[in-house]
Amino acid sequence: MATDVAGENIPFWLDPKKRAVVFQILVFCLVGLLAYYLVSNTLTNLKRQSIATGFGFLEKEASFEIGESMIPYSSADTYARALLVGALNTLKVSFIGIVLSVLLGTIIGIARLSSNWLVARLAGLYIEVMQDIPVLLQLFFWYAIFYETLPSPRQALHPFAGVFLCNRGVAVAVPSAHPAYKWMLAAFLAACVLTWLMRRWARRRQEERGLIFPVFRVGLAMLLGFPLIVWWAFGMPHAMNVPKLVGFNFKGGITFSPEFIALLMGLVLYTAAFVAEVVRAGIQSVNKGQTEAALAIGLKQSQVLNLVILPQALRVIIPPLTSQMLNLTKNSSLAVAIGFPDFVSVANTTINQTGQSIEGVALIMAVYLFFSLSTSVFMNWYNQKAALVER
Amino acid sequence: MKSLKLAVLVTVALFAVSTLAMAGTLQDVRAKGFVQVGVNGGVFGFSMPDKKGVWKGLDVDTAKAIAAAVFGDANKVKFVPLTAVQRLPALQSKEIDVLCRNTTATLTRDTTNGLNFTHVNFYDGQGFLVPKKLGVKSAKELDGATVCVLPGTTTELNAADYFRSHGMKWKPVVIEQTSELNKAFFAGRCDCLTSDSSQLAAQRSVAPNPDDYVLLPEIISKEPLAPVVRHGDDQWYDIVNWTVMALIQAEELGITSKNVDEKLKSKDPRVKRFLGVTPGLGKALGLDDKWAYNIVKQVGNYGEIFDRNVGPNTPLKLERGLNALWTKGGLMYAWPFR
Repeated sequence: MATDVAGENIPFWLDPKKRAVVFQILVFCLVGLLAYYLVSNTLTNLKRQSIATGFGFLEKEASFEIGESMIPYSSADTYARALLVGALNTLKVSFIGIVLSVLLGTIIGIARLSSNWLVARLAGLYIEVMQDIPVLLQLFFWYAIFYETLPSPRQALHPFAGVFLCNRGVAVAVPSAHPAYKWMLAAFLAACVLTWLMRRWARRRQEERGLIFPVFRVGLAMLLGFPLIVWWAFGMPHAMNVPKLVGFNFKGGITFSPEFIALLMGLVLYTAAFVAEVVRAGIQSVNKGQTEAALAIGLKQSQVLNLVILPQALRVIIPPLTSQMLNLTKNSSLAVAIGFPDFVSVANTTINQTGQSIEGVALIMAVYLFFSLSTSVFMNWYNQKAALVER
Repeated sequence: MKSLKLAVLVTVALFAVSTLAMAGTLQDVRAKGFVQVGVNGGVFGFSMPDKKGVWKGLDVDTAKAIAAAVFGDANKVKFVPLTAVQRLPALQSKEIDVLCRNTTATLTRDTTNGLNFTHVNFYDGQGFLVPKKLGVKSAKELDGATVCVLPGTTTELNAADYFRSHGMKWKPVVIEQTSELNKAFFAGRCDCLTSDSSQLAAQRSVAPNPDDYVLLPEIISKEPLAPVVRHGDDQWYDIVNWTVMALIQAEELGITSKNVDEKLKSKDPRVKRFLGVTPGLGKALGLDDKWAYNIVKQVGNYGEIFDRNVGPNTPLKLERGLNALWTKGGLMYAWPFR
């Protein structure tokens, strides 16, 4: 009997472990075969219909123009560069959108729990309305508001110095280029590093000797103070690059297009409603008794929030928050409906000009997969950091 | 949503088994009992459902002529509205049998896209539509302008070429749906709208105040618009090709939907061959010898179709121009029917 247990005489189909391995190999082969079938069948079909294949088109001249770009681009550049412009535009709107929607969502989520009746109801109303209207409709709405209600550039609204509002977008004055700004940025980065080091030092000191150091106030002073000192040292440059109406449109300053603003507003206002619910759920998951206990041992309100509630709430908040961030990134592909040149929009044009849909769709999938996986990896790292650490 | 449709089309293309291709399009069409036609769906005068939901337009009538040639019944046709981006994959993946969607014939589309363009059913050229109050008299004054344009069209490329060759800067606003694009333009989002001039006339005719807009004199491109079929099915290509030419030939011979029955008694050998009184031409195409008779009887000749949909008495008010018969100074020229 002992030899049987060791597996000598049991046929492999009766051994669950070996059986599992066999099944997995079988499934793997099946998936492989299916993939092979799809690829070879596609290639044969394309060849039969004499449709070009491969990614050679990326090197060819795109010869179409793109409305807004973060890097220099003209229609004489390649498809690869055009697609890069689109990817950067998607990245820009997603990144700004995620930051703003998390901020707004957190505020609304906390407002929803406010003891003030009106504030809580207004936040609740906001969440219900925004969640229930499809985001595409919201995009159309904001876009239409922009071009239907705002005047033409020649009669642009001028609410305060340096800002112009018209149906071509929002033009904002920016400081003219000056070497001081580069050094101010360097000073700010240095302050960031110093603040981080100080926080580590303060934490160790508190753990060892129980002394509390005002990290927040000193850090803030450094972050604001360093760049200001550099600015002062360079003689306080204050020349502004103010937008001016030249020909049809504003030149100078920075112009945000209606498409970009409509897309950003639509995505942020929509996603913020979901983020608010996530935040509310996270805060409510922390037992009220903990707040009372923390207050009872003499912690201040801010300390209760920072030391007791947030560390526990974040564990509940982060995973669904990640999925909202991914949603926002993916929803940004609706840009094509209101004419913002995001990656899908540029890839669509590329597909139509080259006729190579399969390569184009593969590129779209690859880019969104990359963005989503990067977000996930970062958020998973953050989630692990926020997870319960026992000591 | 558009991307979803595109994704489905691509998936269909992935799975389309090569054996399907063996059966000819004509057999497929006969088996299912109607011709599936890809159209624009948003351009008045070319293809758009009217208030009662009946499809009207020059491209729609061309498609009906194909149905009349194949089935002897111009109504055996189904229309699939497609965006500029969807249209070519839809044809490649066999979702439609023929594409009559103001599509410009170009070398790349004819070769690397695996398509064949048949006889041209409308000669067009790209122009610019601007609001009168902009005070612009020529396209050369458009430096720095914001331009509304449809994606994935030759229009987009021509505009880029034009501004580049004149050393002018511009900003495109690219919106996929024709209706959304027009709304943005008429609300003042762009300084000008660029498209084929026939389409600009069509869009202007449905503008809130058509008289506030003016077409600039420059025509910056050649846009031969033609029905499209897939590579590799010569019989179907012949049928669509000769259907368009039959429309032109009928006008040249003076045969209209009104007088076609009288013309059956004509002594002119060209008319007798064309209408199948002398048999042979239909059979050569794999069709009934009455095919051309059916086209003219049920749809009309090219001149009738033009006048009915885009001519001077329609809101588009287009002159024949390049689309007049070759005998009247235009480019419409059918090859000999013999």
